[in-house]
Amino acid sequence: MSAPPPEPVFEEVWQGQLFALTVHLNESGYFSWSDWAKKFGTSLNKHGVDRALNGGEDYFTVWLDALEEFLIEINMTGRKDLVLIKEAWKTAYLTTPHGAPISLK
Amino acid sequence: MPHDSDDHTHAHSVLPSDATLRVKAIETLLISKGLIDPAALDAIVDTYQNKIGPKNGAMVVARAWSDSAFYDTLFYDTTETVADMGFYGRQGEHIMALQNTDEIHNIVVCTLCSCYPWPLLGIPPSWYKSDAYRARAVREPRKVLAEFGVTLPSETSVRVWDSTAELRYFVIPQRPKGTEGWSEKRLAALVTRDSMIGTGFPKDAQ
Repeated sequence: MSAPPPEPVFEEVWQGQLFALTVHLNESGYFSWSDWAKKFGTSLNKHGVDRALNGGEDYFTVWLDALEEFLIEINMTGRKDLVLIKEAWKTAYLTTPHGAPISLK
Repeated sequence: MPHDSDDHTHAHSVLPSDATLRVKAIETLLISKGLIDPAALDAIVDTYQNKIGPKNGAMVVARAWSDSAFYDTLFYDTTETVADMGFYGRQGEHIMALQNTDEIHNIVVCTLCSCYPWPLLGIPPSWYKSDAYRARAVREPRKVLAEFGVTLPSETSVRVWDSTAELRYFVIPQRPKGTEGWSEKRLAALVTRDSMIGTGFPKDAQ
């Protein structure tokens, strides 16, 4: 079995990070995988109503939507905090000279 | 992307995608609250990118083809039997092996989301996660199989198994003809990922 896999496990770096984040939170005991699967399954159905998901990037985009909502529902974070930190990262990228390490102020 | 041209310089860093920023936001928040360990996240990505994949399942199938006692125990208690080979852990808590025969061809789907036996097959391919496969595998399995190049005699029944977060299935395909006396390693090289989902056959003996 030395042949490479026919497609990468994760098409984008963020998809792998999102996957790992969800697995880690489950293993740390913050939620059961069954509860997560129900939440994610419901989100997939909801999104699939408008157009069929191809199982690639759109699948992980729904995963991301579902995880954000789930973490808010179980009081691990708040919508406002998520938006504020995302915007802070955006600012950090836009104000850090190219090549310099990027960090939150 | 390198930026080494004089007439094309960026004063600032390249802005990542919206999804990347959203994932970073969740990570940053949970790390700052001390709820997650960044090193554990890296280890999980590394495991699924580099260490776990269909080659694990192929070793199980090759052993099942070679060792009749193993074959019997595999169907008696799949989870325990594959755990003895070192294949256990997350999303492998309850696994059930399905036996393909001349009479029955098994195919696995997860209609809810994408439940899959990670310790044996790794992360599922895109098509397994697509709406089309998740809906059609149950409704019209023979048509879906034909699209994967799997055509079956009319007397072979098709059984569709819906994986859940509690119980995940994987298929033990039929051993290819002309492989008598082959080593497990040689046999394992014939076992494809799709043949363990039921949407393919093992490679032919060459």
